[in-house]
Amino acid sequence: MEGGDATRARRATVRLCSICNQRKAALKRPKTLEQICRECFYVVFEDEIHRTIVDNHLFKPGERVAIGASGGKDSTVLAYVLSELNRRHNYGLDLFLLSVDEGITGYRDDSLETVKRNEIQYGLPLKIVSYKTLYGWTMDEIVKAIGLKNNCTFCGVFRRQALDRGAAVMKADKLVTGHNADDMAETILLNILRGDIARLGRCTLITTGEDGPIPRCKPFKYTYEKEIIYTYAYFKKLDYFSTECIYSPNAYRGFAREFIKDLERIRPRAILDIIRSGENFRISSSTKMPEQGTCERCGYISSQKLCKACVLLDGLNRGLPKQGIGRTKGLNKSKDEENKNSSFHSKPCGTLDI
Amino acid sequence: MHLTLEFGGGLELLCKSVKIHEVDVDTKSGEDKLTMKDLLSWIQANVIKERPEMFMKGDSVRPGVLVLVNDCDWELSGNLDTTLEEKDVVVFISTLHGG
Ligand SMILES: [Zn+2]
Ligand SMILES: [Zn+2]
Ligand SMILES: [Zn+2]
Repeated sequence: MEGGDATRARRATVRLCSICNQRKAALKRPKTLEQICRECFYVVFEDEIHRTIVDNHLFKPGERVAIGASGGKDSTVLAYVLSELNRRHNYGLDLFLLSVDEGITGYRDDSLETVKRNEIQYGLPLKIVSYKTLYGWTMDEIVKAIGLKNNCTFCGVFRRQALDRGAAVMKADKLVTGHNADDMAETILLNILRGDIARLGRCTLITTGEDGPIPRCKPFKYTYEKEIIYTYAYFKKLDYFSTECIYSPNAYRGFAREFIKDLERIRPRAILDIIRSGENFRISSSTKMPEQGTCERCGYISSQKLCKACVLLDGLNRGLPKQGIGRTKGLNKSKDEENKNSSFHSKPCGTLDI
Repeated sequence: MHLTLEFGGGLELLCKSVKIHEVDVDTKSGEDKLTMKDLLSWIQANVIKERPEMFMKGDSVRPGVLVLVNDCDWELSGNLDTTLEEKDVVVFISTLHGG
């Protein structure tokens, strides 16, 4: 795919990189509108992520860090960049790839293959945890028990906790995920649209769950998706694929996504500006916030006595699989039920809970 | 005009899961020039087999689709006005899928 031969030079629009002034520009950076060459791009791309890591004190030397690896573009590029920076700047981290196998026949085969290639390419050990280990049920078994109609409730709730639970099983100190600037802008917007003030306050944090067992952080918080894709396109030969739930795409999030992309086309800085706005929201002290506690059964953060996963599991194990879907009854009826149910219903499957 | 088209990031699903297409595109009579605008409508008519709305929006690609012409971001060469030449390689990568 090299475009450097003589005929290409005829192209009237060849421009030089604004950093080195020597090579042909290959990318317009959405963040700065600079036109830069591929070589200079990699330098600034990795350097910015290093700065984000250092300025936000994301890691301490000696920490064992799980990289949530789905086989998709974001986590693949994250694994590559982190292993590179760890070496180059002596972070002293014990990095490993962590993948979740939901136990959906045929569904994870390709993505686990991709993650296995990453294991070899970046020399990072790979740990795969299954739903069977984490929950005692595979997704196929859950679908069998409850039917196709309600299974997305399980998808969303179980998937959201799976990485955290897996990281705990693997004795990690920290979990990093590949959520990028576009994802974050989208989540901020969705939380505004839903009036979910508690999540709006939390979702812009680069590290969450610091008081819980496994803090989670997002080194790509300020990294544009366009640049992740551009990076990915070159070292993966474009072989990634969708990791969305096979049963049901999330329409509401899809619209928010497209809106963000439309904004980006008109004014690329919009993405960073939405993040800045999100970061600078101040929640008035009179706003009633749900209490943050931990689940009595599993210790995962929960504003209820039992977390959503444990409520759903309890139902499955007692042969009442509809428990926890729709109105919560019995187990958790005490605290702000109204509030809980509305956000519960509006969180569809496979959402990025950041 | 002979071109190589590559589809990635899920866009290949719109064209029978074929990622790389070697194509010959006719230029308008009397011209030896082809712009990206021309190419997009040609692709729409000849390559995309399903859900065209996943590829195009209005007269351009859907926002969030990265377009590279000979490894180079098409935003640097004028987007729709980019002029194509014989044997160019055009890559389309969707970002609207999971990460
Ligand atoms: Zn340069
Ligand atoms: Zn689902
Ligand atoms: Zn629990």
